[in-house]
Amino acid sequence: MAAANTDAVAVDRLVKLYKGLAAVDGISFRLAPGSITGLLGGNGAGKTTTIAMIMGLVTPTAGTVCVLGARMPNERYRVLHRMNFESPYVDMPTRLTVRQNLSVFAQLYGVADIGARIAELARDLDLAEFLDRPNGKLSAGQKTRVSLAKALLNKPEVLLLDEPTASLDPDTADWVRSRLEAYRRDNHATILLASHNMNEVERLCERVVIMKRGRIEDDDTPAHLLSRYGRETLEEVFLDVARGRRNAREAAQ
Amino acid sequence: MIGSDVGMSFSVKRVSAMVRRYWYLLRSSWPRILDLIYWPTVQMLMWGFLQMYVSQNAGGGPFVRAAGVFIGAVLLWDILFRGQLGFSISFLEEMYSHNLANIMMSPLRPVEFISALMIMSVIRLSIGMIPVSLLAIAFFGFNLWALGLALAAFFANLLLTGWAVGIFVAGLLLRNGMGAESMAWTIMFLFLPLTCVYYPVAVLPAWLQYVAWSLPPTYVFEGMRALLIDHVFRADLMLEALAFNVVLFAAASYAFLRLLQSARVQGTLLQTGE
Repeated sequence: MAAANTDAVAVDRLVKLYKGLAAVDGISFRLAPGSITGLLGGNGAGKTTTIAMIMGLVTPTAGTVCVLGARMPNERYRVLHRMNFESPYVDMPTRLTVRQNLSVFAQLYGVADIGARIAELARDLDLAEFLDRPNGKLSAGQKTRVSLAKALLNKPEVLLLDEPTASLDPDTADWVRSRLEAYRRDNHATILLASHNMNEVERLCERVVIMKRGRIEDDDTPAHLLSRYGRETLEEVFLDVARGRRNAREAAQ
Repeated sequence: MIGSDVGMSFSVKRVSAMVRRYWYLLRSSWPRILDLIYWPTVQMLMWGFLQMYVSQNAGGGPFVRAAGVFIGAVLLWDILFRGQLGFSISFLEEMYSHNLANIMMSPLRPVEFISALMIMSVIRLSIGMIPVSLLAIAFFGFNLWALGLALAAFFANLLLTGWAVGIFVAGLLLRNGMGAESMAWTIMFLFLPLTCVYYPVAVLPAWLQYVAWSLPPTYVFEGMRALLIDHVFRADLMLEALAFNVVLFAAASYAFLRLLQSARVQGTLLQTGE
C-alpha cells in the first residue's frame, strides 16, 4: 500500500513487537485530509501503541508511518509543529497556571501571537475564569478543556486524541465533542480518535477502524458497519467483533 | 535514527520556553527554593567547624595544611554535585508531572531540551551557592570569590562534569522510567571518594590513582589544593580537566541519544512510571 501524497496519515503494514509479542500486527490504513476516524478496540488492542507510532514516540518494528508526507519517527521534526495530541493519561505541570502552561507550549510550537491565541482558545473553550489558576487546582473537566486547548494551540492539521472524554461526566463530554466537531469543520483538520466510548465514535466519526489483538478487524463507515452486522448501535458491533462474529448471520446465531 | 534526534535546527525561543517553564515552577514553591540553600549551608558549616577544630588542636604539619582547605573543598564539591542535581531535578520534574510525552511530542529538539536543563542547572546552583559562599565569609573568613580567575576555571570544569553526568542520567530515566530515579540522587557520590575532594590523590592505592586521574574533577580538587596550600594556580591541571570533560561530555551525549533511541524502541516515553 503506497502512501499517496494527499494522505494526511498513511500507515502501511505497521508492526510493533515488545519482547516478541505483537502489540500491533501488520496494520494498514490511510486518513484523508479533513477526515475524522475512530480507532476502536478493547484494552490491549494496540490503539495507544498505534497512536504513539504516528506521533513518533515509538519506533515501529516494521512497516511505515507517514504524517503529512514525513516518515515517522525519522522525519518527525518536519511536521511536529503541524500536529498535536491530547490524552487524559498525559498531564501538564500542576503548579503552573493554565496561562503559564499554555504560553510555554505556544512558544514550543512557534505560535506567532501567543496572547491572542490563548485569549481565542479561552473564549472558545470557556477557560477564562480559571486561566490564572494552577493546573493542579482544576476539576477533571476543566483539566480536559485545558489539555484540549494545548492540543489546539498550534491549529494542528493532524490531531491525535486518545480517549479525550475518559472520566468526564456526560455533559462535559458532550461539550468537548461539540468543540472537536467545530474545530475540524473550521480548520479542515484530520482527526484520529481512539476511544472506548461507542456513542462518541458514532457521533463524531465518519469512519471506524476496529482493532483487536494488534490487528484491524474491520474498517468502514458507521452506517456500513451497522448494516453489515445487522445491529442498531456501534457498541453491539464492537461486541460482535470482540467475540469474533464477523457479519449479520454470525451475529444472529 | 540518532541523526534524527541531533538535527541541525536550534531555536532559542524553544529553549527559553523550557527555562520559563522551570522558572515558573521554582518561583511558585518556596520549599524548592529553600532546598537549594539548606543542605549546602549545613555542609559548609559542618566542614567549616571541623576545619576550625583541626587547625586549633592538631599542631602544625601537612595534615593541618590539608585540613585547611575543607571549606574550599566542600564549596567546590557542591558546585559539582548541585550542578548535576540541578540538571537532573529539572528533568525529573517532567516525569513527576507526567508531562514528558507532551514535551517529546512537541517540536522541542533534544539539544534544546538539554540546553534548557543546563541553564536551569546554573540558575539553581546560583540560588544555592551565592548565599552559602557569603556565609562562608561571615563564619570562617573564607572568600571563595577571592579565587578570581581560578574560581572561574574550577567552576566551568565542575559544571561541565555535572552536566555530562546529568545528561547520562536523563538518558537512563528516559530508557528505564522512574525505576532509575535513585541514580539521579546518588550517582555523583561515586565521584566523592574517587575524585579526592578532601584528600590528595597520592593517598589512593596506585591502581586507583589511574581511575582518579581519568575523572575531570580530580584535576580541579588537586588544583584547588595547589592554590590554597602552595598559592600556585595550576593552569595545566585545568586544561587537562577540560580535555577529559570534552571526552566525558561527548560520551554522555552519545549515550543519551542511544538511550533515547532505545526508549523509542521500547515504548518507554509514554510509560514513565516505575
